[in-house]
Amino acid sequence: MATESSGPAGSGGAVARIRGRLEGPNTIGNSRGFWLGFAVAVLALAAFPVVGSGSQFSLFLVLALLGLSLSLVWGYSGVLSFGQVVFFGVGGYTFGVVSINFPDPTGITAAALAGVVVGGVAAALLGYFMFYGGVRDVYVTIITLVTTMAMHTFMAQTAGSAWTIGEAPLGGFNGMPGIPLLELGVTGLGSFQFVYNEMSFMGLFAFDPFYYLALVALVAAYLGLRALVNSDFGRVMVAVREDQDRTRMFGYDVKRVKLLTFTLGGALAALSGVLYAARNVYISPPVFALWFATLPVIWVSVGGRKSLLGAVIATIAIEYFRLSVQGEMALVVLGAMLLVFILALPGGLVPWVAEKLSESAVPVSELDDTDAPGEVSES
Amino acid sequence: MVNGLNLAFQFLDSFAFVVLAAAGLAVIFGIMGVINLAHGEFILFGAYATTKSVTALGLPLPVAMVVGSLLTAAFGVVVERTIISGFVPNWVGQKTVGRDLIEPLYDRLADSMVATFGLSLVMVQSARIVFGNSIDTVGTPFGNVAYGAFSYSTYRLVLAGVAIAVLVAAYYVFTRTTFGTRVRATMQDEQTARALGVDTGRTYMLTFGIGSGLAGLTGALFAPVLSMQPTLGDQFLIEAFVAVVVGGPSVVLGTALSGGVLGAVSATVTNLTDSTTFGRIALLVAAILALRFLPGGITGLVERVRARRQEATDGD
Repeated sequence: MATESSGPAGSGGAVARIRGRLEGPNTIGNSRGFWLGFAVAVLALAAFPVVGSGSQFSLFLVLALLGLSLSLVWGYSGVLSFGQVVFFGVGGYTFGVVSINFPDPTGITAAALAGVVVGGVAAALLGYFMFYGGVRDVYVTIITLVTTMAMHTFMAQTAGSAWTIGEAPLGGFNGMPGIPLLELGVTGLGSFQFVYNEMSFMGLFAFDPFYYLALVALVAAYLGLRALVNSDFGRVMVAVREDQDRTRMFGYDVKRVKLLTFTLGGALAALSGVLYAARNVYISPPVFALWFATLPVIWVSVGGRKSLLGAVIATIAIEYFRLSVQGEMALVVLGAMLLVFILALPGGLVPWVAEKLSESAVPVSELDDTDAPGEVSES
Repeated sequence: MVNGLNLAFQFLDSFAFVVLAAAGLAVIFGIMGVINLAHGEFILFGAYATTKSVTALGLPLPVAMVVGSLLTAAFGVVVERTIISGFVPNWVGQKTVGRDLIEPLYDRLADSMVATFGLSLVMVQSARIVFGNSIDTVGTPFGNVAYGAFSYSTYRLVLAGVAIAVLVAAYYVFTRTTFGTRVRATMQDEQTARALGVDTGRTYMLTFGIGSGLAGLTGALFAPVLSMQPTLGDQFLIEAFVAVVVGGPSVVLGTALSGGVLGAVSATVTNLTDSTTFGRIALLVAAILALRFLPGGITGLVERVRARRQEATDGD
């Protein structure tokens, strides 16, 4: 926040224009120091497979997309959705069904697109049903939660040959195995297979294309959402979150804003689901389970729901913790952590840290000027 | 005829399940504006406490049920003091750093959901660590009623009776006693109630205790018919949740009505399709539709109709 006044507009040129797009009151990190840190973090993530297991870590990157989608829907437009996993699962299942039926590169590419589109359409339908039906506040949350449960119950009973779409059996509780490896491109013209197993790259180090696909998707989604939430539309989203009635009074179509955000969030969650199914070459009904549905809420609460960066960091950190601590105590610690964060630090960890950092960076004389607008927009 | 009788039993079964599952949640949600996602785990607490009282202490089942309910109520009071109202942490905070550490979760729906979900994770996993993946069950008492080809557990009928008794008792407590008046005053306007001398903090604490006690009672009642595993609370949570929101703002009447409607839907579809899974899906879909078309729940509709009729008679 310290450099905000002297920031983008002053330096000129293309970089400044891009920065201007990406920076604003709705995101953390509007300083040169932040972007330096961001570049270091992305480079570190890019280099990670050399030292660690990229094939495991790619899961966290994929799930971070799911976290981002909830941060957009809940943190920025104020709609707490327990249904992000519905679109995640619908995307994953759609990808599975289409790609099993058309297992050539064109078919698999189309399957990935179909997953995202079907997930987005599902979100649009549910959103239209809710927002244009006058369902408000906590009842939206409850409908999304109940939808999750209905999907879980439904998909768990799809065992048997009656539930086969083309070549693809849905498989009931056992799930749908045999999803082909992710291969993007057009048959005949050229395609690339994102084998999730590590393979050697020019004999120098292990190379895992899927990991880089996930990383690129995550960075692109993060930057894209940053641009979105700092755009005019993003400001309206935040206005809806802060005070729906007043926003409507100013002439904005609150329902439309919510529906658009919800649809976009659903499509992003579906992309996450597509990558998840492609990574595991498998998908099963537990993606709709209650405990899985609450994970995004946990990530986003702990990281700071009004912060895209917080969602990403917390998703990766919590999932890394959850999967690496195999002990019985892992869930107890996770639950206790959630309790402590929501009670003592309702804003989340990352905004709190950012505030502490910017406080220590700003000279005392400037505190009054910079703090006031920051408070209004961040809270 | 036989099918009809079967349907009637199934309806009573679903009704009892929905009402008992929802009672504790409805009290806490309706009065405190807190959604307790750990409700299923409170039921788990009651079921485990009851079962353990029978198997480890050798208490007779009815006594064990009372013990289970009371222990859950006590546990609920502890949870309210430490987490929901933040009384204890804030007291500690005042002593050590001179400020409150947390803000009460009253009327913060989303936050209360997230916080109590954290509690639920801790409780399920603690149950698994302490007791393992299952504990011994106690047998179902009373035997069966037989009618032609069907036989039916008498205990299930008892459950339906208890469900109605719980509704009647709750209705009495919340409308006919001084405590009930205080509770309703606190619910409608906390500040005015406090100004008039109602100890709202204590009212909240007792309400949460009663809600927890009802959850414990549900666990105690279902302990003989369920397999005792740490995830048993999951079976209750969604039905309870759905019943509460479909019921609407009036706690007791809403729970009774939504128990009736949702029980009927679930029983009919189960009967028609011969699949409890489809019955469950139908219940969930009915709930989604109900929320869409009756945003105020069933009692919201009742109140609206009543208000309209009132207006019409006033006009004449």
